[in-house]
Amino acid sequence: MKISLAPVPYFWTKQAYEQFYTSVTHSAVDYVYLGETVCSKRRSMKFQDWLDLAKMLTLAGKQVVLSSMTLIEAESELKYLSKIARQKDYLIEANDLSAIQVAQHSNNAFAAGCAVNIYNNRTLDLFKKSGMTRWCIPVELGREDISPMVDHAKAIGIELEYQVFGRMPLAYSARCFTARHHNLAKDDCEFKCLEDEQGILVKTQEGESFAQINGIQTQSARVSNLFEYWQDLQQSGIDILRIVPVDPEDTLKVIQSLHNLIEQQSDETAEPLDLNHDYEYCNGYWLQQEGIKNISAKI
Amino acid sequence: MELVCPAGNYQSLVKAVDNGANAVYIGLKNETNARHFAGLNFSEKQISKAIDYAHSHHCKVYCAINTYPREHKFDRWTSSVDQAIDLGIDTLIVADIGVMDYIRSKSNSFPIHLSVQASATNLEALNFYHQNFGIKRAVVPRVLSLAQVAKLAKTAPVEIEVFGFGSLCIMAEGRCYLSSYLTGESPNTQGVCSPAAFVQWEDKGEILESRLNGLLIDRFSEDENAGYPTLCKGRFEVNGRIEHALEEPTSLNTLNILPELKKAGIAAIKIEGRQRSPAYVATVTKTWRDAIDQIDNSNFAANNQSSQKLSSLSEGRQTTLGAYERSWQ
Repeated sequence: MKISLAPVPYFWTKQAYEQFYTSVTHSAVDYVYLGETVCSKRRSMKFQDWLDLAKMLTLAGKQVVLSSMTLIEAESELKYLSKIARQKDYLIEANDLSAIQVAQHSNNAFAAGCAVNIYNNRTLDLFKKSGMTRWCIPVELGREDISPMVDHAKAIGIELEYQVFGRMPLAYSARCFTARHHNLAKDDCEFKCLEDEQGILVKTQEGESFAQINGIQTQSARVSNLFEYWQDLQQSGIDILRIVPVDPEDTLKVIQSLHNLIEQQSDETAEPLDLNHDYEYCNGYWLQQEGIKNISAKI
Repeated sequence: MELVCPAGNYQSLVKAVDNGANAVYIGLKNETNARHFAGLNFSEKQISKAIDYAHSHHCKVYCAINTYPREHKFDRWTSSVDQAIDLGIDTLIVADIGVMDYIRSKSNSFPIHLSVQASATNLEALNFYHQNFGIKRAVVPRVLSLAQVAKLAKTAPVEIEVFGFGSLCIMAEGRCYLSSYLTGESPNTQGVCSPAAFVQWEDKGEILESRLNGLLIDRFSEDENAGYPTLCKGRFEVNGRIEHALEEPTSLNTLNILPELKKAGIAAIKIEGRQRSPAYVATVTKTWRDAIDQIDNSNFAANNQSSQKLSSLSEGRQTTLGAYERSWQ
């Protein structure tokens, strides 16, 4: 069982990314996905800066994957995508069909990100032909949805990855909700998302958490947490447990806790996570329920 | 420019045909299409009748099989494809590449339009679908600005169809799981968003509350128009402020930029609303038919009367140009 670290979905300063990934070099994570996947206006890191981090992480024994943007509209975004999808040093995480197209034409292998719609074996076969080697399963699919696909995926040499921690990416829009909240136009957003390390919470008028706005992305307000179910995921054929970053320090603690669970081959010792922030958790999707639900295995 | 109109039932199809649609799009009575609502869509018999009526008036019939089949249900999508082709549908509107591959295993040339649910927003994505499945046309998501649409239409290997009017989906279609997050049912898997079975209205005297699967979406005072609780169009609290955090209840209306769309080489305008009434289909089809004809005769002027007519049929009686206009984004 491997642990992966998804790209940071939020906009941080260059210094914050560098600090975080320097700590990641000492962590128990196996695979590290790098890059900006939400908004092309977020440019605290240049392409070369990401490559520098990739080099540092590789030297520390991590397998690095370069992630593409998810919603690609402008030509400039396609140009940037080409840099990622044509390079030969790292695996590519394709988060849009455009990335698959460019990777395929460059004879590059890719991992299909969870925003690529793969719902059946015929689709797996087609993407396998295009060069897919890893499948990060769409967040809304649960264990029964994927159970008739697992053996097939393994037979054709595709690894399975499932998100076990972090807010889930639920939607992408042309509109920047962060700019909108600050009464700013997207083209003149003043990079407001730098102010919120983990996005902005959207609650109902009754105070119930609903969504987390993060630029053009809408995330689940609740943090997915499948720690209790990690062995269930393993038995279901998942190869890689994916952690989506939250607060940097908390993310590192989460990696360590998950690593300990796997080392001890136990979920009995799953101690409550001792994190800096109070997170509300959910795990419904894996259990074929509403994603927002949180169902304990121990009841 | 082709005018593509919605029909949730036979009466609506007749209205669309009679009022000048060049093509009408429909769906089967199952979750293979993105308007899988109770009482809507076409049985086998109705499809045959619909095709006969439309074809006798030189109107095409497209069938949307545009949701994503999960593996254990894949057969339902393939049998829907078989059914639609056998009944004489002119074109299939498809999102899933597994389904496209199935269609191509039956026929190398059967026309496929890429559904908006496939979320193709750029040239390379269109190249992928064109090179692998020979799609003829793509319906692009409502996330592109007018300039971006125009650029795409110029370079795209396929025809481009855009949404002209109707309910506004503000997320990149096919990539939104908000509905399954709250209800377990999503556009991709079950062809529904914020499904009616999960909607509750609670009359609390001066306040009317709308809920989706128990979660409060909005509160309306007596003088407000209470809209359907589509989850992205409710009022929520953000940093202590109650606001439409994602979008207001509003509809898309691109009538004012129709000349620009024509100039950009857009092949077709799509009207949303298979869930709407035959009267809606009739009025909207007529308004857009007239507008397109005026453009073709070079005497277009988006007049107030047309705009008002369309606004009165819109969600919250408000319309917007949506993402076509940068300031909306």
